[in-house]
Amino acid sequence: MSTVVLLLATGLGLGALYFLVASGLSLIYGLMGVLNFAHGSFLTLGAFAGWETARRLGGDSWGSLLLSLLVGAGVGALAAVLTELLLIRRLYERHIEQVLVTVGLALATVALFDGIWGTDAIFVTGPGWFDETTTILGARVPNDRFLLIGVALLVLGGIVAFLRFTRFGLVIRAGVENRSMVTALGIDVRRAFTVVFAIGGAAAGLGGVLASHYFGYVSPQLGGSLLIFAFIVTVIGGLGSLLGAAIASVVVAVLQQMANFYLSGTGDLVVVLLLATVLLVRPSGLMGARA
Amino acid sequence: MSTTTDTHPDTGTPQPAAPAGPTGGARRGAGLPLRLLAVLGLVVLLAVLPLINVSVPGVLPGATYTPGTLQLMALALVFASLALTYHVIFGVAGLLSFGHALYLAIGAYGLGIVLERTDLGLVPAMLLTLLGGAVVALVLGAVGLRVGGISFAMVTLAFAQAGSVLIRRNSDVTGGEEGLRLDTTNVPDAFVGVTDTRNLYWVALVLLVVVFALVTWFERSRAGHVAAATRENELRVRVLGLRPFAVKLLAFVTGSVLAVVVGMVYLLLQSGATPRVASADFTLTILVIVVLGGLGSRWGAVVGGIVYTLLDQRLTTLAASDAVESLPAVLSVPLGEPLFILGTLFILVVLFVPGGLVGLGARLAGARTRAGRPATPAAGEDGP
Amino acid sequence: MSQSGPVLRVRGLSARIGQQQVVEDVTLEVPAQGVTALLGRNGVGKTSTIKAVLGLVERNGVVELDGERIDTLPTHRIVQRGVGYVPEDREVFGSLSVEENLRLAERSANPRRDLVADLFPDIIARGQQAAGTLSGGQQQMVALARALLNDNRLLLVDEPTKGLSPKLVGEVTEALERAAQVVPILLVEQNLVVARRLADRAVVMADGRVVHTGDAAELLDDEQRVVSLLGVGSTGSSHGSSHDSGSHPDPSTHDQEVRS
Repeated sequence: MSTVVLLLATGLGLGALYFLVASGLSLIYGLMGVLNFAHGSFLTLGAFAGWETARRLGGDSWGSLLLSLLVGAGVGALAAVLTELLLIRRLYERHIEQVLVTVGLALATVALFDGIWGTDAIFVTGPGWFDETTTILGARVPNDRFLLIGVALLVLGGIVAFLRFTRFGLVIRAGVENRSMVTALGIDVRRAFTVVFAIGGAAAGLGGVLASHYFGYVSPQLGGSLLIFAFIVTVIGGLGSLLGAAIASVVVAVLQQMANFYLSGTGDLVVVLLLATVLLVRPSGLMGARA
Repeated sequence: MSTTTDTHPDTGTPQPAAPAGPTGGARRGAGLPLRLLAVLGLVVLLAVLPLINVSVPGVLPGATYTPGTLQLMALALVFASLALTYHVIFGVAGLLSFGHALYLAIGAYGLGIVLERTDLGLVPAMLLTLLGGAVVALVLGAVGLRVGGISFAMVTLAFAQAGSVLIRRNSDVTGGEEGLRLDTTNVPDAFVGVTDTRNLYWVALVLLVVVFALVTWFERSRAGHVAAATRENELRVRVLGLRPFAVKLLAFVTGSVLAVVVGMVYLLLQSGATPRVASADFTLTILVIVVLGGLGSRWGAVVGGIVYTLLDQRLTTLAASDAVESLPAVLSVPLGEPLFILGTLFILVVLFVPGGLVGLGARLAGARTRAGRPATPAAGEDGP
Repeated sequence: MSQSGPVLRVRGLSARIGQQQVVEDVTLEVPAQGVTALLGRNGVGKTSTIKAVLGLVERNGVVELDGERIDTLPTHRIVQRGVGYVPEDREVFGSLSVEENLRLAERSANPRRDLVADLFPDIIARGQQAAGTLSGGQQQMVALARALLNDNRLLLVDEPTKGLSPKLVGEVTEALERAAQVVPILLVEQNLVVARRLADRAVVMADGRVVHTGDAAELLDDEQRVVSLLGVGSTGSSHGSSHDSGSHPDPSTHDQEVRS
């Protein structure tokens, strides 16, 4: 029993990371039809920015963790907004080129991070509480999992509230459904594009800082490795569906942890198998409206 | 039309030849033999390079007969072939696959493993690998093509990732992170060792010519035309009673199987394979090559593959050079990362040079031909 | 009637969707009052003309709203200048509530909520319902309400009665009649009874061009011309089976029978 609890907690923590990446991917794709390969770089950049912040503040206090989260989110949002304004916007409605530009950006930025911070993993330390465990039903769950799950829930709640209660949220929800009709109501939908990129970038940057604590290190490859699973999550959840991304994040991560433990480390393969099954049974994903 | 002063009705024909590029104007009258001759000449020139002493400073690291340079040129030819196989999938059929590296890896690792684990000779081992690759391409293609567009891209990415994971994890078979060494027991001596780089170079050249011919044949076949039509307008193809799925699958399997073949040559050339060839980054590299050269054009894929390989090598040399290291960090850090420069270059091409290198060349050539046009009609006049 | 110029003037408009030319060369005017019906058989480019005016499809040519060029503006700027759009097939946002659909459409600080509440009490009562779960007729009301909420200089209304029951056709027609008192309308309508009742003027298209412009009643009461231009009897009962003069109408129909 305690093993199951531990696997669940770890899976939920990993699922939280997936969600922080996938939520932005899904929103951006849903509204703009852009598959953002550079999203992993927003995450990596956020992680490095957070690490640099915590390092300068002397490391392992709660205050520096909080600040590093804020800085990570801010830097991620800034990078995303710049990407949208400088690269994506020029290629309005040309989806293939937009994807290609983000591919180029992903390659270039990872190389740049290599040059700046080196290719080796840099180990990070958080508040002492992270090194302790909390016992739940006999399982000793590492404490950082709770932070991850908490932040992901806050982000989910925040985005849902933003979408539901603000004018921008209304425009985004309508735009996901029918972008050209939104412009035909006299609304400049491109401003919503920038907002969506900012939200996605902030979530990814936040995810970067949290990922560095979950894995215990930062490296230029951090974003890329999470990105692939975030892609799988968005396809399984249904492109453009935030709720779908949330559910799929948890399902994928928990399944991955379980398979890694019970089926001798086959987690990644089981996830791909799940993807294939979903595609065969329901090509539009769990919550996807359009195929 | 208002032009009524035509004296020779047949003077109008040469016009489209110049801007139409490698695909369009090829079939016209005198264009075909000339073009074929030019291509043949190019192949012959490439074939004799290992036998003569040519140095191209700044482009090649040394004289063309040296093993190091031959190795690089052979690699460039292999990358050009690989880009052609991807061109079938993305350029012709319009399928954005992010998992093409998987098939190169199947070719390289598949052949390596078969040679190591069985007593089969090189040719039977290659056939076995080819068969395995075809089955994988057929199954994964059939599943992936249930979705279109961006979803297809992500699905192929996921499948390739699974392949990458399999290779890294099963280190007792694949060598894991260390990579797989080519077991040369059943490989003819002509293809082994540094001194025989020349032979491997010729193998790579034959590979490129064969792949180019096959891809051309596919593009001109009925299936190729339908695949291209599907890319433009799937609905219309469906209305015509054709099945887009079957044609897309055919294009996907064709491109993938050819990539398996390229992978086998890659294994011989590199005397082994590393997990990098199965990585997502490697697929992205192929994508970069195709777009850099000119999307939708066979020559674009070839040019892209060669330019990329040489550029990558030169940039790596540049990155390690003293000149770069002595620069201030703001410059030396980015210049020290070849992929940063290539990625940036790629972004600039996508933004500002839609036709890639080949498109740019055609545009420049077109501008020049137009400037010097008065001379041309007289030259190509008295044919029939 | 004031003698101001036309609210919308279109000259040499062409449009393409992908590779396909859907509007060849359209020249037409919409007067500052009343309803102008845009008629023609299926597939002659009526909807595409409307979309080209709005910039929803790639277009070329001159489009002027109250004498100002709008053909280079993006769609949202055109709409902000006072063009209301009721698209074919309604295009309400199905996952949004009725109230959200309407709120999204409001462009000014004081939208005409009273007018909408007066015209469509039924949908106001269903404010919290997801628009996707409404009946076709109710969705059409929402689509009309989105346009009527704002002070527009022109409404572009595309097939508002398509697929509706006779009772709903009546309601929609009534709403358009009320709207037409305050704002000029360019109306695409296949139901000729509705067109006859609403329209003052008629513009007829064939093969991506305008082939006739004139008084709506005069045209629609002339059975022969209805058959030759629109390919249907004026009752709308059957196809005129006329594979005849569609693209080459006799010269008299080119007459500009404008009344002022």
